[in-house]
Amino acid sequence: MTTIDVGVVPVPHREAPSRETYLNVAYTVKSWALTTDHKRIGILYLVTTTFALLLGGVFALVLRTEHLTPDQTIIDAYTYNRMFTMHGIVMVWLFMIPSIPTAFGNFLLPMMIGAKDVAFPRLNLASYYIYVAGVVWVIVALWMGGADTGWTFYAPYSAHSPSAVVPTVFGIFILGWSTIITGVNFIVTTHTMRAKGVTWFRMPLFVWAMYGVSIIQTLATPVLAISLLIVGIDHWFDWGLFDPHRGGDPVLYQHLFWFYSHPAVYIMILPAMGVISEVVPTFSHKNPASYKAIAYSTLGIAFVGFGTWGHHMFVAGISLFDAAAFGVLSMLVAIFSAIKVFTWVLTMRRGSVAVATPMIYFFAFLFLFVFGGMTGVAVATQSLDVHWHDTYFVVAHFHFIMVGGTLTAWLAALHYWFPKITGRMYPERWGIVAGTIVFAGFFMTFFPQFLLGNGGMARRYYYYDPVYQPLHVVSTVGAWLLGAAMLLTLCYLLVACFTGPPAGANPWDSRSYEWYTPSPPPKHNFPAEPVFELDPYDYTVPFPGELKAGGEQAPQEAPHA
Amino acid sequence: MNNLLRGLLNLPPQASTYAQDVDLLHYFVISATMLGALFVFLLAIYYLVRYRRRHPRPLTAQVSTAVPVEIAIIGGLLSLFLVFWVVGASQYNHMMTAPPDAIPIYVTAKQWMWKFSYPDGRASMDVLTVPVNRPVTLVMTSRDVIHSFYVPAFRMKHDVVPGRYYTAWFQANTPGTYAIECAEYCGVDHSRMIGHVQVLSQPDYGRWLDGQGVRTAEGFAGASATEGGDLAETGRAVASRNGCFNCHTLDGQPHIGPTWARLYDSQVTMNDGRVLVADEAYLTRSMMDPQVDLVAGYKGVMPTYRGILQEPEVAALVEFIKSLRSQPFQPVIRLPHVEPINSAQRQEPQP
Repeated sequence: MTTIDVGVVPVPHREAPSRETYLNVAYTVKSWALTTDHKRIGILYLVTTTFALLLGGVFALVLRTEHLTPDQTIIDAYTYNRMFTMHGIVMVWLFMIPSIPTAFGNFLLPMMIGAKDVAFPRLNLASYYIYVAGVVWVIVALWMGGADTGWTFYAPYSAHSPSAVVPTVFGIFILGWSTIITGVNFIVTTHTMRAKGVTWFRMPLFVWAMYGVSIIQTLATPVLAISLLIVGIDHWFDWGLFDPHRGGDPVLYQHLFWFYSHPAVYIMILPAMGVISEVVPTFSHKNPASYKAIAYSTLGIAFVGFGTWGHHMFVAGISLFDAAAFGVLSMLVAIFSAIKVFTWVLTMRRGSVAVATPMIYFFAFLFLFVFGGMTGVAVATQSLDVHWHDTYFVVAHFHFIMVGGTLTAWLAALHYWFPKITGRMYPERWGIVAGTIVFAGFFMTFFPQFLLGNGGMARRYYYYDPVYQPLHVVSTVGAWLLGAAMLLTLCYLLVACFTGPPAGANPWDSRSYEWYTPSPPPKHNFPAEPVFELDPYDYTVPFPGELKAGGEQAPQEAPHA
Repeated sequence: MNNLLRGLLNLPPQASTYAQDVDLLHYFVISATMLGALFVFLLAIYYLVRYRRRHPRPLTAQVSTAVPVEIAIIGGLLSLFLVFWVVGASQYNHMMTAPPDAIPIYVTAKQWMWKFSYPDGRASMDVLTVPVNRPVTLVMTSRDVIHSFYVPAFRMKHDVVPGRYYTAWFQANTPGTYAIECAEYCGVDHSRMIGHVQVLSQPDYGRWLDGQGVRTAEGFAGASATEGGDLAETGRAVASRNGCFNCHTLDGQPHIGPTWARLYDSQVTMNDGRVLVADEAYLTRSMMDPQVDLVAGYKGVMPTYRGILQEPEVAALVEFIKSLRSQPFQPVIRLPHVEPINSAQRQEPQP
């Protein structure tokens, strides 16, 4: 393909340049710091979570560089242990869990249901500052040397670890509040603030994903909060609540931790699925192959996901019956994900598929998610998990599905909604090139780790047997490639924020409701009270045109039938 | 075929009886994974090319997948996953259930070493010596934090948890030396917590049992120091020191607690109707959490010995109880009813 014809010509800016948007309504620091506008809060979250991604990414690159040689390369064992712990904590709680819901969920959810804001705007701002407080605590913990327990904080090691466990768990405890508040806010918003025409089964699928993830966040996070609080108390006051020498039970801690942390995997991946469910219909210009299959499987994942935590504990001493029950439930939850995958792929059938950066990320997502998901079924197969548990196979599996899934969907979202957020277009060629390198780098980093795990390379090993070195070197080079592509993406997107060509209301010719309003949207989202007559995925008729003040809609140029 | 796939997938040798079965399932599951991912990806590429966009702002007809197609996809995948589950669960149950004639070896993990205690009272550090073609049961506990006993060549792994005694078993099928790794993160030298399993041929194992050193390809396999005699005899002394005989008899007489004679491997009925097998895990649990499983007809008066008995003492006690499995029963003498000693009067066991 010599030229990349995305098939969508940005509609020229129709408004007078003085049109008031959520961006130019005020420029003061105070107008950002004390804003209750869900769009500005979304931007604040986007900036802060991107900072967390950079921090976690630097840790990742140091860790991979350390593994270039079997012995010490650049850091010592204790530093290595603290760094993989902080890498996990920063990536899971500071980036992956909040990334899509708080940035894109906040920005888009009210617009997608035709609301002016979320149900509790001030609570929304509070949740941002609670998140910032949590980030600050984690950084304080880093400054104190960081924890060395692994992001799982397994007792009783976490009670006796010489590192800064208490500030770290306290930081995560605070972050949990932010997550819960955002979840409650989204649930109430979805129930009470849908505009005329937006029935439950006409909500964009991203809203369903946000609804599902909010349920999990609200139900699961308190369990984590309590467990980590007890870990902190055990460490600080030596109460021994999980310490067997005082009558505590370390395996109970694992049950509590995974009761949260397995659903947390779905907290990370459901929003990613929501993004993909928007990107595929828009760029295929077709209705989803089955709207209800995607919506119901979201709820299926949200609920069945609570019954699978024991598959992390097949060798931790659970009964044969428990192991079998958790095994079969884990198979079931994979079915819901498979339904979504087939629905996305079949959506392209008889559509009109454009090649654009979000679609590149959809293809990356598709491969990483299906391969990662199927290896998830593999590690849920009990006898196989005995060999794979706590090896690099598991590391590769969850990086494929959690990180590969969330990161590619986050990048897809960043490009897909970039015109809506900034009112400008990003450079398509750079996007496609960077997206391809991200996929290649990611695959090169983590595919060798499946083979390392097969060979018996245990995870969290600082020294390793020299037979593993060639695969480790490939993995490290892949990580550098991935890091370079991410930096490239950051650079061209930052430039495009200020110099990109104007995008117009609906550059992708989507039917989803957030595209009815001008880009960037006005302060209260829509110039007039919106009434949505079309389905958000109805591509049988032309886009009715963006909403103007006074409620009339401006038609676009004539479409090709 | 087996060796080709094993090489492609970078799997270690199959040195235990169940390793090859696990690997066969592994090949099947991984093939399905790779083919599945490739199929979905190529199908998407095909749609991308076949239905590529030819005009700006096109319109398309509403097409939804027919419900029978959805049901067929879901049903097919669910059947595949259930096959994984059925085979995997039955293999898992086999791997987690030790055969009754296995040689018991006690494993104590601590930061960052493995200690192995053998039934004849010998002990070794970091090198586990076992015979080929005989099942071996490991009774494992930890003195500090959680570790995990992992032998990649056996496809075997089990967590080693302080305060709990877990059993795991294997039967090696090829003499040689295989790495033991700690798989659960346990502190700064986690990656240095490496041991070895020394699998000896039957004649070599015989010589090793006789206390002779055995020269193998990898070096000199431990003529390890004994810890003062037979492990079961040590156990009798431990029981005596800790006052166990105040309540438990060795001759089959029921007393304040059940007798130890013929207890090991027998079926015991609990006061809530459950029937348990008195294996190593049951015996150690009864010492650490005596109130969890109360034998029918007895009162829950036994105190916990958690923190009182050291890990090697527990191993010795279990071995002692096991040595009583063929103890002849005395005729049961019905004693007049004895009020159980309540906790205030109970003599504190000597540490």
